[in-house]
Amino acid sequence: MSNENRIDTYRRKLLGGGAALVAGVTIAPGVILNTVAQAAKPGDRPLDRPVDDSVRWGLLVDANKCDGCEKCVTACHETHGVKSHGRPETDAQWIRVVKLRDRKTGYEQQLPVMCQHCKHPPCVDVCPTGASMKRADGIVLVDKHICIGCRYCMMACPYKARSFIHESLEGEQLPHAPRGKGTVESCTMCVYRVDNGQQPACVEACAAEHGEEGKALIFGDLKDPNSEISQQLKKYGGKQIRADLKLDTGVRYQGI
Amino acid sequence: MSVEFREIEGKSMGYLGLLALLGGILALGLGAAYYMEHNGHWVTGMTNQIVWGVPHVFAVFLIVAATGALNVASVATVFNRHVYKYMGRLSGLVAISLLAGGLMILVLDLGHPDRLIVAMTHYNFKSIFAWNMILYNGFFAAVFVYLWAMMDRNARPLYKPAGIFAFAWRIILTTGTGSIFGFLIAREAYNSAVMGPMFVAMSFAYGTAIFTLVLLASYAWTGRPLGDLVVRRLKNMLGIFLVTVFYFVLVFHIASLYVAQRHGVEEFLLFGDNIYSTLFWVGQMLIGLVVPFALLYLPGTSGSRFWLVIASLLVVIGGVIQMYVTIIGGQAWPLDLFPGLEESSSFFDGVIHPYHPSLPEFLLGLGGMAATLLMIALGVKILRFLPMSLEDHVVDPQHHKAAD
Repeated sequence: MSNENRIDTYRRKLLGGGAALVAGVTIAPGVILNTVAQAAKPGDRPLDRPVDDSVRWGLLVDANKCDGCEKCVTACHETHGVKSHGRPETDAQWIRVVKLRDRKTGYEQQLPVMCQHCKHPPCVDVCPTGASMKRADGIVLVDKHICIGCRYCMMACPYKARSFIHESLEGEQLPHAPRGKGTVESCTMCVYRVDNGQQPACVEACAAEHGEEGKALIFGDLKDPNSEISQQLKKYGGKQIRADLKLDTGVRYQGI
Repeated sequence: MSVEFREIEGKSMGYLGLLALLGGILALGLGAAYYMEHNGHWVTGMTNQIVWGVPHVFAVFLIVAATGALNVASVATVFNRHVYKYMGRLSGLVAISLLAGGLMILVLDLGHPDRLIVAMTHYNFKSIFAWNMILYNGFFAAVFVYLWAMMDRNARPLYKPAGIFAFAWRIILTTGTGSIFGFLIAREAYNSAVMGPMFVAMSFAYGTAIFTLVLLASYAWTGRPLGDLVVRRLKNMLGIFLVTVFYFVLVFHIASLYVAQRHGVEEFLLFGDNIYSTLFWVGQMLIGLVVPFALLYLPGTSGSRFWLVIASLLVVIGGVIQMYVTIIGGQAWPLDLFPGLEESSSFFDGVIHPYHPSLPEFLLGLGGMAATLLMIALGVKILRFLPMSLEDHVVDPQHHKAAD
């Protein structure tokens, strides 16, 4: 074998070995992650692992049980440091109780409305920078670092779910709920609690006020057929607000 | 025959006074923007209900007018109308100045103007807003190349392709601007594909009106001769565009009136006991369309430059009012989350949203307009945008008065 041929053989082996190594390094973690993902259950995802779409978080609101007590509103705004500045038109509201009245029959009911965490969120579609985003598990969020405050998402949201921070925030900031003047915000489905295996604050407050039987809010994984939310939806059905828009909301309603 | 282009002298007290006036208004606008950014938007009339206010009215008006102002150049390049050829440079200058003024307002009204670099580096390609950012930047580039081709003999071969490209780009851009509203699925006052072409028609009218005003002022103030042929052509063009706008406004509202779901919002905007109905009929239709159209064609006022100036000013005023009706009026009508049911909440569901525009908002809007005019005024002094003469025999050597 000439020297040249020997070098060629060496090169081939080196390249082959390198390719195998690269393939191993890139594919193996994916395989491992995939295995871990399949084994994961809602609420116990390690915080250092990316969110995946093995779950889809959702909320179920039973309008028949909602008495408009607004405990959910208080809990939400307290846990996120959302305070009134005495200016209702510019004050942020992440969740609100909407009263409904049928003009013909006079039938009245009330229910909480918040970000509906759409599968096809218009706010995410229109956001120029990608600050409005949807996590793989269905939670719609705003990345406060790249929100430029254009408010196009507020124009696009069919649910009036978003608020713009109209003033400097002093002493209202909480470490788990970053907010900032000049950015847009909305219900995060208490992402920091969900990631820690807890229920959203509104759901917890509703259950604490009305008990397990009387609670109007249920949180859970819409993809898991055995979750309480899926069972309830299977049994009694559920509607979406503005279902005609086909946004496939993560928040569902009964009794409307 | 070659036409001589020359910078204006720009040493008169009138010119310096104009610069000082525009600079002053711009400074007030910038001060207003600082005030709003420093305190936060609560000091404006904008709220969580009316999220886009007066700054957007001015900004969208200027951006829409910008593409229309390029029309004069396009008519010469794309449609081979020789008469318009020598106004091409000014047309390009007015176009980019209008766009710059509009964008200035838009950026300064952002919650985070300091993050402009984020907007330029993070693109969500599904966002029509992001498309518009690309379209705006592309428009600047396209018009710069177009101007270069018009002003540099060596770049002559680029003239036709650059002109055609800029024309196509501007149609897409204005369609995109209209679609910012047209694609808002949940808002009953918008959500219509007609908004794209309607904005294109409006851009032709607003841009031509502003170009006419700039041209007439430039020639009157510099004492350069301006023939009737050019003026008459601009007048007729403006007339045709006003009819086109009327057509699209008619189609837009009739289509909406046909849909039962939209009866409420149409009644609110067109026949309601509110400011928007008044602004629509008196401002948008009467001041912005009917009166200027009459002034352009009635025997008593038709040939007069004075009345052409008045008509063009009315088109501009009517255009700003139209944007107010479209942008503010469209938001004032509440979102209907539960069709057929009365809604109420602490977040103003189910009620007409009030809007009280604040002085800083107007100042920022006027500041953007001043920035536009300042750019034009400085532009014609620094570079050769204006022909020494636009007399009839210059713009059209074969012209015979009786033939037109």
